[in-house]
Amino acid sequence: MPARPVLQQADIERALTRIGHEILESGDADTGAPLILLGIPTRGVLLAERLGAVLERLRPGAAVVGALDVTMYRDDLRRQPTRTPQPTRVPATGIDGATVVLVDDVLFSGRTIRAALDAINDLGRPRAVRLAVLVDRGHRELPIRPDFVGKNLPSAAAERVNVHLAETDGVDEVVVGTGDGTEATAS
Amino acid sequence: MRHLLSVRGLSRDDAIGILDLAEDMAAVATRAVPKLPALRGRTVANLFFEDSTRTRLSFESAAKRLSADVITFTAKGSSVSKGEGLKDTAQTIAAMGVDAVVMRHHASGAARVLADAGWIDAAVVNAGDGTHEHPTQALLDAYTMRKTRHGDASRGRDLDGLRVAIVGDVLHSRVARSNAWLLRTLGARVHLVAPGTLLPHGVGGWPVTTGSDLDAALDGEPWGAVPDVVMMLRIQSERMHDSFFPNEREYAREWGLDEVRFGRLPADTMVMHPGPMNRGLEISSAAADSARSVVLDQVTNGVSIRMAVLYLVLGSGGHDGDIA
Repeated sequence: MPARPVLQQADIERALTRIGHEILESGDADTGAPLILLGIPTRGVLLAERLGAVLERLRPGAAVVGALDVTMYRDDLRRQPTRTPQPTRVPATGIDGATVVLVDDVLFSGRTIRAALDAINDLGRPRAVRLAVLVDRGHRELPIRPDFVGKNLPSAAAERVNVHLAETDGVDEVVVGTGDGTEATAS
Repeated sequence: MRHLLSVRGLSRDDAIGILDLAEDMAAVATRAVPKLPALRGRTVANLFFEDSTRTRLSFESAAKRLSADVITFTAKGSSVSKGEGLKDTAQTIAAMGVDAVVMRHHASGAARVLADAGWIDAAVVNAGDGTHEHPTQALLDAYTMRKTRHGDASRGRDLDGLRVAIVGDVLHSRVARSNAWLLRTLGARVHLVAPGTLLPHGVGGWPVTTGSDLDAALDGEPWGAVPDVVMMLRIQSERMHDSFFPNEREYAREWGLDEVRFGRLPADTMVMHPGPMNRGLEISSAAADSARSVVLDQVTNGVSIRMAVLYLVLGSGGHDGDIA
Protein backbone atom coordinates (compact mmCIF):
# COMPACT_ATOMS: atom_id res chain seq x y z
CA MET A 1 0.00 0.00 0.00
CA PRO A 2 1.43 3.40 -0.91
CA ALA A 3 2.08 5.97 1.78
CA ARG A 4 -1.07 7.93 2.61
CA PRO A 5 -0.69 11.64 3.40
CA VAL A 6 -2.55 12.66 6.55
CA LEU A 7 -1.26 16.20 7.06
CA GLN A 8 -0.46 18.71 4.33
CA GLN A 9 1.68 21.79 4.49
CA ALA A 10 -1.16 24.05 5.69
CA ASP A 11 -2.09 21.55 8.41
CA ILE A 12 1.48 21.46 9.70
CA GLU A 13 1.66 25.24 9.72
CA ARG A 14 -1.65 25.49 11.56
CA ALA A 15 -0.59 22.86 14.10
CA LEU A 16 2.64 24.71 14.89
CA THR A 17 0.81 28.03 15.24
CA ARG A 18 -1.64 26.43 17.65
CA ILE A 19 1.19 24.87 19.69
CA GLY A 20 2.81 28.31 19.83
CA HIS A 21 -0.39 29.81 21.27
CA GLU A 22 -0.73 26.95 23.73
CA ILE A 23 2.82 27.41 24.98
CA LEU A 24 2.13 31.09 25.64
CA GLU A 25 -1.23 30.31 27.29
CA SER A 26 0.41 27.70 29.53
CA GLY A 27 2.16 30.50 31.38
CA ASP A 28 5.63 29.02 30.86
CA ALA A 29 6.69 32.19 29.08
CA ASP A 30 5.55 34.37 32.00
CA THR A 31 7.63 32.89 34.81
CA GLY A 32 10.65 35.10 34.25
CA ALA A 33 12.67 31.97 33.51
CA PRO A 34 14.08 31.70 29.97
CA LEU A 35 12.09 29.56 27.57
CA ILE A 36 14.26 27.25 25.48
CA LEU A 37 12.95 25.14 22.60
CA LEU A 38 15.24 22.14 22.13
CA GLY A 39 14.64 20.21 18.92
CA ILE A 40 15.65 16.58 18.66
CA PRO A 41 17.56 15.88 15.41
CA THR A 42 16.85 15.69 12.62
CA ARG A 43 13.32 16.95 12.02
CA GLY A 44 12.67 18.00 15.59
CA VAL A 45 15.33 20.68 15.14
CA LEU A 46 13.58 22.02 12.04
CA LEU A 47 10.23 22.00 13.82
CA ALA A 48 11.75 23.77 16.84
CA GLU A 49 13.07 26.49 14.53
CA ARG A 50 9.65 26.93 12.94
CA LEU A 51 7.97 26.93 16.33
CA GLY A 52 10.52 29.51 17.49
CA ALA A 53 9.58 31.69 14.50
CA VAL A 54 5.89 31.36 15.44
CA LEU A 55 6.60 32.44 19.03
CA GLU A 56 8.77 35.32 17.76
CA ARG A 57 5.77 36.60 15.80
CA LEU A 58 3.37 36.19 18.72
CA ARG A 59 5.69 37.61 21.35
CA PRO A 60 9.14 38.77 20.27
CA GLY A 61 11.93 37.48 22.47
CA ALA A 62 9.73 34.86 24.11
CA ALA A 63 11.96 31.88 23.37
CA VAL A 64 15.36 30.78 22.11
CA VAL A 65 15.89 27.70 19.95
CA GLY A 66 18.52 24.99 20.28
CA ALA A 67 19.15 21.37 19.42
CA LEU A 68 19.59 18.35 21.65
CA ASP A 69 21.20 15.23 20.25
CA VAL A 70 20.22 12.10 22.13
CA THR A 71 22.19 9.49 20.17
CA MET A 72 24.61 8.71 22.99
CA TYR A 73 21.71 8.23 25.41
CA ARG A 74 19.65 5.77 23.38
CA ASP A 75 18.89 2.39 24.88
CA ASP A 76 19.24 0.62 21.54
CA LEU A 77 22.78 1.68 20.57
CA ARG A 78 23.99 -1.89 20.71
CA ARG A 79 21.17 -3.17 18.50
CA GLN A 80 21.84 -0.78 15.65
CA PRO A 81 24.66 0.00 13.25
CA THR A 82 26.76 2.93 14.43
CA ARG A 83 24.68 6.06 14.61
CA THR A 84 26.33 9.37 13.89
CA PRO A 85 25.39 12.02 16.41
CA GLN A 86 24.28 15.50 15.35
CA PRO A 87 25.45 18.66 17.09
CA THR A 88 23.85 19.74 20.35
CA ARG A 89 23.31 23.50 20.61
CA VAL A 90 22.18 25.13 23.83
CA PRO A 91 22.32 28.83 24.75
CA ALA A 92 25.64 29.94 26.24
CA THR A 93 23.83 30.70 29.49
CA GLY A 94 22.94 27.01 29.81
CA ILE A 95 19.64 25.48 30.77
CA ASP A 96 19.83 25.79 34.57
CA GLY A 97 16.58 27.26 35.86
CA ALA A 98 15.10 27.59 32.37
CA THR A 99 11.92 26.09 31.01
CA VAL A 100 12.85 23.60 28.31
CA VAL A 101 10.37 22.54 25.66
CA LEU A 102 11.53 19.41 23.85
CA VAL A 103 10.36 19.36 20.24
CA ASP A 104 10.14 16.20 18.14
CA ASP A 105 8.30 15.15 15.03
CA VAL A 106 6.61 11.86 16.01
CA LEU A 107 5.95 10.53 19.51
CA PHE A 108 5.78 6.75 19.43
CA SER A 109 7.38 4.46 22.04
CA GLY A 110 8.65 7.35 24.15
CA ARG A 111 12.19 5.96 24.18
CA THR A 112 13.67 8.93 22.35
CA ILE A 113 12.17 11.26 24.93
CA ARG A 114 13.52 9.10 27.74
CA ALA A 115 16.97 9.48 26.20
CA ALA A 116 16.41 13.23 25.84
CA LEU A 117 15.52 13.55 29.54
CA ASP A 118 18.80 11.81 30.42
CA ALA A 119 20.70 14.10 28.07
CA ILE A 120 19.09 17.16 29.68
CA ASN A 121 20.10 15.84 33.07
CA ASP A 122 23.76 15.97 32.00
CA LEU A 123 23.41 19.51 30.67
CA GLY A 124 21.96 21.09 33.77
CA ARG A 125 18.84 21.41 35.90
CA PRO A 126 15.97 23.18 34.15
CA ARG A 127 13.02 24.54 36.10
CA ALA A 128 10.67 22.38 34.06
CA VAL A 129 10.73 20.23 30.94
CA ARG A 130 7.76 20.13 28.54
CA LEU A 131 7.22 18.06 25.42
CA ALA A 132 5.82 19.29 22.11
CA VAL A 133 5.33 16.89 19.18
CA LEU A 134 3.85 17.34 15.77
CA VAL A 135 2.25 13.90 15.76
CA ASP A 136 1.36 11.59 18.63
CA ARG A 137 0.75 8.16 17.18
CA GLY A 138 0.30 6.24 20.45
CA HIS A 139 1.88 2.87 21.36
CA ARG A 140 3.88 4.22 24.29
CA GLU A 141 6.33 1.83 25.93
CA LEU A 142 7.27 4.20 28.74
CA PRO A 143 5.28 6.47 31.07
CA ILE A 144 5.76 9.60 28.95
CA ARG A 145 3.06 12.01 27.77
CA PRO A 146 3.27 15.13 25.59
CA ASP A 147 2.20 18.59 26.76
CA PHE A 148 1.57 20.02 23.29
CA VAL A 149 0.39 17.90 20.36
CA GLY A 150 -0.07 19.00 16.76
CA LYS A 151 -2.21 16.01 15.84
CA ASN A 152 -3.23 12.79 17.54
CA LEU A 153 -2.94 10.08 14.94
CA PRO A 154 -4.17 6.67 16.05
CA SER A 155 -2.10 4.15 14.15
CA ALA A 156 -1.42 0.43 14.03
CA ALA A 157 1.89 -0.51 15.59
CA ALA A 158 3.07 -1.97 12.28
CA GLU A 159 2.35 1.21 10.35
CA ARG A 160 4.99 3.81 9.67
CA VAL A 161 4.35 7.47 10.36
CA ASN A 162 6.84 9.76 8.69
CA VAL A 163 7.11 13.51 8.85
CA HIS A 164 8.57 15.08 5.73
CA LEU A 165 9.75 18.67 5.86
CA ALA A 166 10.71 20.96 3.01
CA GLU A 167 14.28 21.44 4.30
CA THR A 168 15.11 17.72 4.27
CA ASP A 169 12.53 16.10 2.01
CA GLY A 170 11.46 18.87 -0.35
CA VAL A 171 7.87 18.87 0.84
CA ASP A 172 5.89 19.48 4.05
CA GLU A 173 3.64 16.51 4.83
CA VAL A 174 2.95 13.71 7.26
CA VAL A 175 2.41 10.30 5.67
CA VAL A 176 1.26 6.95 6.99
CA GLY A 177 2.46 3.82 5.25
CA THR A 178 2.65 0.15 5.92
CA GLY A 179 5.97 -1.11 7.12
CA ASP A 180 7.62 -3.03 9.86
CA GLY A 181 7.20 -0.11 12.23
CA THR A 182 10.83 -0.12 13.27
CA GLU A 183 12.04 2.87 11.33
CA ALA A 184 13.99 5.23 13.50
CA THR A 185 12.05 8.32 12.51
CA ALA A 186 8.88 6.79 13.87
CA SER A 187 10.23 6.17 17.35
CA MET B 1 34.31 0.37 12.09
CA ARG B 2 35.65 -2.86 13.53
CA HIS B 3 39.26 -1.85 14.30
CA LEU B 4 41.49 1.18 13.84
CA LEU B 5 44.92 -0.11 12.90
CA SER B 6 46.21 2.34 10.35
CA VAL B 7 45.22 5.60 8.69
CA ARG B 8 45.99 4.13 5.28
CA GLY B 9 42.52 2.62 4.94
CA LEU B 10 40.68 5.81 5.86
CA SER B 11 38.99 7.63 3.01
CA ARG B 12 38.64 11.40 3.06
CA ASP B 13 35.02 11.04 4.15
CA ASP B 14 35.90 8.53 6.88
CA ALA B 15 38.53 10.89 8.25
CA ILE B 16 36.28 13.94 8.14
CA GLY B 17 33.56 11.88 9.82
CA ILE B 18 35.91 11.04 12.70
CA LEU B 19 37.01 14.68 13.05
CA ASP B 20 33.39 15.88 13.03
CA LEU B 21 32.43 13.31 15.65
CA ALA B 22 35.36 14.54 17.75
CA GLU B 23 33.84 18.04 17.56
CA ASP B 24 30.72 16.68 19.26
CA MET B 25 32.86 14.86 21.80
CA ALA B 26 34.79 18.06 22.56
CA ALA B 27 31.52 19.85 23.31
CA VAL B 28 30.82 17.28 26.03
CA ALA B 29 33.84 18.45 28.02
CA THR B 30 32.25 21.87 28.51
CA ARG B 31 29.03 20.55 30.06
CA ALA B 32 27.90 20.31 33.67
CA VAL B 33 28.41 16.55 33.57
CA PRO B 34 31.21 15.89 31.06
CA LYS B 35 30.23 12.29 30.49
CA LEU B 36 28.18 10.31 27.98
CA PRO B 37 26.54 6.97 28.73
CA ALA B 38 27.21 5.56 25.26
CA LEU B 39 29.65 2.80 26.32
CA ARG B 40 28.12 1.88 29.67
CA GLY B 41 28.84 -1.75 30.44
CA ARG B 42 31.68 -1.98 27.92
CA THR B 43 35.23 -2.68 29.00
CA VAL B 44 38.30 -1.20 27.35
CA ALA B 45 41.70 -2.72 28.05
CA ASN B 46 44.77 -0.55 27.62
CA LEU B 47 47.69 -2.82 26.75
CA PHE B 48 50.87 -0.82 26.88
CA PHE B 49 53.96 -2.85 26.10
CA GLU B 50 55.92 0.35 25.71
CA ASP B 51 56.19 3.41 27.93
CA SER B 52 53.64 6.11 27.41
CA THR B 53 52.09 8.74 29.60
CA ARG B 54 49.95 10.96 27.47
CA THR B 55 48.53 8.38 25.09
CA ARG B 56 47.60 5.99 27.88
CA LEU B 57 46.03 8.71 30.03
CA SER B 58 44.28 10.13 26.99
CA PHE B 59 42.68 6.80 26.04
CA GLU B 60 41.82 6.15 29.67
CA SER B 61 40.13 9.49 30.06
CA ALA B 62 38.32 9.11 26.71
CA ALA B 63 36.94 5.71 27.71
CA LYS B 64 35.81 7.03 31.08
CA ARG B 65 34.05 10.02 29.53
CA LEU B 66 32.04 7.51 27.51
CA SER B 67 31.26 5.58 30.71
CA ALA B 68 33.26 2.48 29.73
CA ASP B 69 35.19 0.53 32.34
CA VAL B 70 38.94 0.63 31.88
CA ILE B 71 41.59 -1.86 32.80
CA THR B 72 45.18 -0.94 32.22
CA PHE B 73 48.12 -3.18 31.62
CA THR B 74 51.69 -1.98 31.41
CA ALA B 75 54.52 -4.32 30.50
CA LYS B 76 56.75 -3.11 33.29
CA GLY B 77 56.26 -5.24 36.36
CA SER B 78 53.95 -7.67 34.54
CA SER B 79 54.28 -11.25 33.36
CA VAL B 80 55.85 -9.92 30.18
CA SER B 81 59.04 -9.49 32.14
CA LYS B 82 58.68 -13.20 32.96
CA GLY B 83 58.67 -13.99 29.26
CA GLU B 84 54.95 -14.07 28.41
CA GLY B 85 54.27 -13.45 24.72
CA LEU B 86 51.69 -11.20 23.07
CA LYS B 87 49.26 -14.03 22.37
CA ASP B 88 49.08 -15.21 25.96
CA THR B 89 48.91 -11.71 27.39
CA ALA B 90 46.13 -10.75 24.99
CA GLN B 91 44.16 -13.92 25.63
CA THR B 92 44.50 -13.49 29.37
CA ILE B 93 43.13 -9.96 29.16
CA ALA B 94 40.37 -11.05 26.76
CA ALA B 95 39.34 -13.85 29.11
CA MET B 96 38.46 -11.16 31.62
CA GLY B 97 35.73 -9.98 29.26
CA VAL B 98 37.04 -7.10 27.22
CA ASP B 99 35.24 -5.36 24.34
CA ALA B 100 38.14 -3.33 22.98
CA VAL B 101 41.88 -3.46 23.27
CA VAL B 102 43.94 -0.30 22.92
CA MET B 103 47.49 -1.46 22.29
CA ARG B 104 50.89 0.13 22.12
CA HIS B 105 53.67 -2.26 21.19
CA HIS B 106 57.34 -1.95 20.27
CA ALA B 107 56.92 -4.22 17.23
CA SER B 108 55.65 -2.72 13.97
CA GLY B 109 52.51 -4.56 12.88
CA ALA B 110 51.65 -5.87 16.35
CA ALA B 111 48.16 -4.33 16.28
CA ARG B 112 47.43 -5.92 12.89
CA VAL B 113 48.54 -9.31 14.23
CA LEU B 114 46.31 -8.96 17.26
CA ALA B 115 43.34 -7.99 15.09
CA ASP B 116 43.79 -10.72 12.47
CA ALA B 117 45.19 -13.68 14.38
CA GLY B 118 41.84 -14.72 15.83
CA TRP B 119 43.23 -14.91 19.34
CA ILE B 120 40.67 -12.51 20.69
CA ASP B 121 37.25 -11.22 19.65
CA ALA B 122 37.67 -7.63 20.83
CA ALA B 123 38.03 -4.52 18.69
CA VAL B 124 41.63 -3.40 18.36
CA VAL B 125 42.79 0.21 18.37
CA ASN B 126 46.41 0.81 17.47
CA ALA B 127 47.98 3.24 19.94
CA GLY B 128 51.39 3.03 18.29
CA ASP B 129 53.17 -0.01 16.88
CA GLY B 130 56.95 0.20 16.61
CA THR B 131 57.96 2.65 13.92
CA HIS B 132 54.86 1.89 11.86
CA GLU B 133 51.73 3.89 12.73
CA HIS B 134 50.03 5.93 15.41
CA PRO B 135 46.63 6.62 13.85
CA THR B 136 44.96 8.49 16.71
CA GLN B 137 47.92 10.88 16.92
CA ALA B 138 47.60 11.73 13.23
CA LEU B 139 43.85 12.23 13.66
CA LEU B 140 44.32 14.55 16.62
CA ASP B 141 46.99 16.47 14.72
CA ALA B 142 44.65 16.90 11.76
CA TYR B 143 41.86 17.93 14.13
CA THR B 144 44.13 20.50 15.81
CA MET B 145 45.19 21.95 12.44
CA ARG B 146 41.59 22.17 11.23
CA LYS B 147 40.34 23.68 14.50
CA THR B 148 43.16 26.23 14.73
CA ARG B 149 42.63 27.21 11.11
CA HIS B 150 38.83 27.24 10.90
CA GLY B 151 37.60 27.48 14.51
CA ASP B 152 33.87 26.89 14.87
CA ALA B 153 33.48 26.57 11.09
CA SER B 154 35.60 23.40 11.04
CA ARG B 155 32.85 20.82 10.63
CA GLY B 156 32.79 19.05 7.28
CA ARG B 157 36.03 20.62 6.07
CA ASP B 158 39.30 19.00 5.05
CA LEU B 159 42.79 20.53 5.22
CA ASP B 160 42.73 21.74 1.66
CA GLY B 161 46.13 23.03 0.64
CA LEU B 162 47.58 23.42 4.17
CA ARG B 163 51.40 23.41 4.04
CA VAL B 164 52.85 21.17 6.74
CA ALA B 165 56.58 20.78 7.43
CA ILE B 166 57.41 17.74 9.57
CA VAL B 167 60.91 18.08 10.95
CA GLY B 168 63.33 15.72 12.66
CA ASP B 169 63.55 12.04 13.41
CA VAL B 170 61.28 10.73 10.67
CA LEU B 171 63.07 7.39 10.62
CA HIS B 172 61.85 6.30 14.04
CA SER B 173 58.58 8.20 13.94
CA ARG B 174 55.26 6.42 13.60
CA VAL B 175 53.70 9.86 14.07
CA ALA B 176 55.34 11.11 10.88
CA ARG B 177 54.21 8.04 8.94
CA SER B 178 50.60 8.28 10.03
CA ASN B 179 50.56 12.03 9.48
CA ALA B 180 52.09 11.79 6.02
CA TRP B 181 49.26 9.57 4.81
CA LEU B 182 46.34 11.09 6.69
CA LEU B 183 47.25 14.70 5.92
CA ARG B 184 47.56 13.78 2.25
CA THR B 185 44.14 12.12 2.37
CA LEU B 186 42.76 15.33 3.83
CA GLY B 187 44.30 17.45 1.08
CA ALA B 188 47.27 18.98 2.94
CA ARG B 189 50.78 19.09 1.48
CA VAL B 190 53.53 17.54 3.57
CA HIS B 191 57.25 18.28 3.40
CA LEU B 192 59.62 16.17 5.51
CA VAL B 193 62.81 17.80 6.73
CA ALA B 194 65.50 15.60 8.29
CA PRO B 195 69.16 14.73 8.08
CA GLY B 196 69.60 12.06 5.42
CA THR B 197 70.38 9.48 8.09
CA LEU B 198 66.97 10.02 9.70
CA LEU B 199 64.88 9.58 6.55
CA PRO B 200 63.67 6.00 6.13
CA HIS B 201 64.29 3.81 3.11
CA GLY B 202 61.30 3.90 0.82
CA VAL B 203 60.31 7.44 1.73
CA GLY B 204 60.11 8.00 -2.03
CA GLY B 205 56.87 6.02 -1.98
CA TRP B 206 55.23 8.34 0.55
CA PRO B 207 52.93 11.13 -0.61
CA VAL B 208 55.40 13.81 0.53
CA THR B 209 58.34 15.91 -0.55
CA THR B 210 61.59 15.68 1.36
CA GLY B 211 64.53 17.92 2.13
CA SER B 212 67.33 18.28 4.60
CA ASP B 213 67.55 22.04 5.03
CA LEU B 214 65.25 23.40 7.73
CA ASP B 215 66.04 27.03 6.94
CA ALA B 216 65.11 26.51 3.29
CA ALA B 217 61.82 24.89 4.35
CA LEU B 218 61.00 27.76 6.69
CA ASP B 219 61.72 30.12 3.81
CA GLY B 220 59.18 28.36 1.64
CA GLU B 221 60.82 25.32 0.06
CA PRO B 222 59.27 23.54 -1.82
CA TRP B 223 55.99 25.46 -1.99
CA GLY B 224 57.23 28.98 -2.58
CA ALA B 225 55.38 29.99 0.57
CA VAL B 226 56.17 29.59 4.25
CA PRO B 227 54.65 26.57 5.99
CA ASP B 228 51.31 26.91 7.81
CA VAL B 229 52.35 24.23 10.26
CA VAL B 230 55.78 23.27 11.59
CA MET B 231 55.66 19.93 13.37
CA MET B 232 58.79 19.08 15.31
CA LEU B 233 59.43 15.40 16.01
CA ARG B 234 61.11 14.04 19.08
CA ILE B 235 64.64 12.69 18.74
CA GLN B 236 64.00 9.11 19.85
CA SER B 237 67.29 8.40 21.60
CA GLU B 238 65.91 5.15 23.02
CA ARG B 239 65.57 3.74 19.51
CA MET B 240 68.93 5.01 18.28
CA HIS B 241 71.45 2.23 18.49
CA ASP B 242 73.59 3.88 15.88
CA SER B 243 75.12 7.23 15.25
CA PHE B 244 72.70 9.28 13.14
CA PHE B 245 74.20 12.73 13.68
CA PRO B 246 77.49 13.92 15.20
CA ASN B 247 76.12 15.26 18.48
CA GLU B 248 73.10 16.93 20.01
CA ARG B 249 74.50 20.44 19.71
CA GLU B 250 75.02 20.05 16.02
CA TYR B 251 71.54 18.57 15.61
CA ALA B 252 69.98 21.48 17.49
CA ARG B 253 71.93 23.94 15.36
CA GLU B 254 70.90 22.38 12.04
CA TRP B 255 67.43 20.97 12.67
CA GLY B 256 66.18 22.45 15.95
CA LEU B 257 63.45 25.07 16.07
CA ASP B 258 65.58 27.52 18.03
CA GLU B 259 64.65 31.07 18.96
CA VAL B 260 66.09 32.61 15.81
CA ARG B 261 64.25 30.26 13.45
CA PHE B 262 61.08 30.56 15.50
CA GLY B 263 61.34 34.35 15.34
CA ARG B 264 61.27 34.20 11.54
CA LEU B 265 57.93 32.40 11.40
CA PRO B 266 54.79 34.40 10.64
CA ALA B 267 52.45 35.00 13.55
CA ASP B 268 49.84 32.52 12.30
CA THR B 269 52.17 29.55 11.83
CA MET B 270 51.24 26.65 14.09
CA VAL B 271 54.04 24.98 16.02
CA MET B 272 53.24 21.37 16.86
CA HIS B 273 55.01 18.57 18.71
CA PRO B 274 53.60 15.14 19.53
CA GLY B 275 55.42 15.15 22.87
CA PRO B 276 57.27 14.47 25.00
CA MET B 277 59.52 17.38 24.03
CA ASN B 278 63.30 17.50 24.31
CA ARG B 279 63.58 21.19 25.06
CA GLY B 280 66.77 22.71 23.72
CA LEU B 281 67.25 19.84 21.27
CA GLU B 282 64.54 19.73 18.61
CA ILE B 283 62.53 22.64 20.01
CA SER B 284 63.41 25.71 22.06
CA SER B 285 61.37 26.79 25.06
CA ALA B 286 60.61 30.05 23.28
CA ALA B 287 58.81 28.09 20.54
CA ALA B 288 57.24 25.50 22.81
CA ASP B 289 55.73 28.02 25.21
CA SER B 290 54.65 30.62 22.67
CA ALA B 291 51.12 31.51 21.64
CA ARG B 292 51.80 29.87 18.27
CA SER B 293 52.43 26.54 19.96
CA VAL B 294 49.40 24.27 19.94
CA VAL B 295 51.12 21.48 21.85
CA LEU B 296 48.63 21.58 24.74
CA ASP B 297 45.69 21.82 22.32
CA GLN B 298 47.00 18.61 20.80
CA VAL B 299 46.72 16.93 24.19
CA THR B 300 43.20 18.25 24.82
CA ASN B 301 42.04 17.31 21.34
CA GLY B 302 43.54 13.85 21.75
CA VAL B 303 40.85 12.98 24.29
CA SER B 304 38.06 14.05 21.89
CA ILE B 305 39.57 12.08 19.00
CA ARG B 306 39.94 8.97 21.13
CA MET B 307 36.36 9.29 22.35
CA ALA B 308 35.25 9.41 18.72
CA VAL B 309 37.34 6.36 17.80
CA LEU B 310 36.20 4.31 20.80
CA TYR B 311 32.59 5.21 20.04
CA LEU B 312 33.01 4.14 16.42
CA VAL B 313 34.51 0.74 17.28
CA LEU B 314 32.22 0.04 20.24
CA GLY B 315 29.14 2.19 19.86
CA SER B 316 27.06 -0.29 17.91
CA GLY B 317 26.10 -3.89 18.26
CA GLY B 318 26.99 -4.95 14.76
CA HIS B 319 30.39 -4.56 13.17
CA ASP B 320 29.86 -2.70 9.95
CA GLY B 321 33.13 -2.70 8.14
CA ASP B 322 36.80 -2.81 8.99
CA ILE B 323 38.89 0.28 8.66
CA ALA B 324 42.30 -1.14 8.04
